[in-house]
Amino acid sequence: MTPAVRRLVFLAAATVAGALLLWGLTGLPPYGVYPGPYGDVLNQVAVAERKATNVVAAVTFDYRGVDTMGEEYILFAAVIGVAVLLRAQRGEVERQPDEDAADRRAPATSNAVRVLGLALLGPVVLFGVYVVTHGHLSPGGGFQGGVVLATGALLVYLSGEYVTLRRVRPVFLLDLAESAGAGGYVAVGLLGVAAGAAFLENVLPLGQPGALLSAGTIPLINLAVGVEVAGGLVLLLSEFLQQTLVLRRPGEVT
Amino acid sequence: MIVLEAAVFLLVAAGGTAVVLTRNPLNQAIVASFYGLILGIMFLVFQAPDVALSQITVGAVALPLMIVLALAKVRALGGGKGGEQ
Repeated sequence: MTPAVRRLVFLAAATVAGALLLWGLTGLPPYGVYPGPYGDVLNQVAVAERKATNVVAAVTFDYRGVDTMGEEYILFAAVIGVAVLLRAQRGEVERQPDEDAADRRAPATSNAVRVLGLALLGPVVLFGVYVVTHGHLSPGGGFQGGVVLATGALLVYLSGEYVTLRRVRPVFLLDLAESAGAGGYVAVGLLGVAAGAAFLENVLPLGQPGALLSAGTIPLINLAVGVEVAGGLVLLLSEFLQQTLVLRRPGEVT
Repeated sequence: MIVLEAAVFLLVAAGGTAVVLTRNPLNQAIVASFYGLILGIMFLVFQAPDVALSQITVGAVALPLMIVLALAKVRALGGGKGGEQ
């Protein structure tokens, strides 16, 4: 296909797509107007019904809890897929990471990065725990908090060295966290069945809105998701680092 | 408020254009990280702090990190010469 023909095909396709887009845009409600009834209804009833001051958490982990379970298992499957793809393959040999090797070529970490990373590590982990445990009260929750927690491992790698991360990264515990988090969601759902209600029904005492221990099963699910996401992301990070820094195929540039 | 919303829309448009115009994959990962941050600010301005937090953690931290690590592996394989200046 010559460039001229390609441009012609593109222009035709762009015109059609643009026309469809404009046609769709004319049917949209005016800017800033919300026509759906569900958001307004939830804003009025969620705090009274579920004692969760974060209505978003009440929707994702309670009213629409099954959807979120599906999303959690998408992440679970993705992490497993990456771990399988990045496993040590036949013919790949482990070599010493640059930092360990006698003729090291990796530049030493600068003191500024080291100090900043170590100073941030505590606050980041604390903030991650806060975001996970306060998901039913304020914006945040298991997913966001889990990623923040996983950033802690990244800080260890940045401020220390890869070998340090290998030491503080117990793979068994990571696997355990990943699976316990994924299984924990279903376990909380089965609580409802055990109590004679529906799967994922909020059967625990709801408490007072705004209290840390309130909203029934929502904080429990947040905790499960937080553990799963943090474990999964650290696992991803360490698999990628393992592939990048340690494993080499014969003949590959080291 | 409308001024703030208009400003953040312009920022998003500029950020998206910058990501497309950056051709080197490594630079692009960093620009995409900034773009993720801008998207997070947009969600915050439109009063969706939950989504903003997710966007910042994924768009500004997790995604660029995976891209950079993957690029490092590609480079070690000797296939990243096209991306290097």
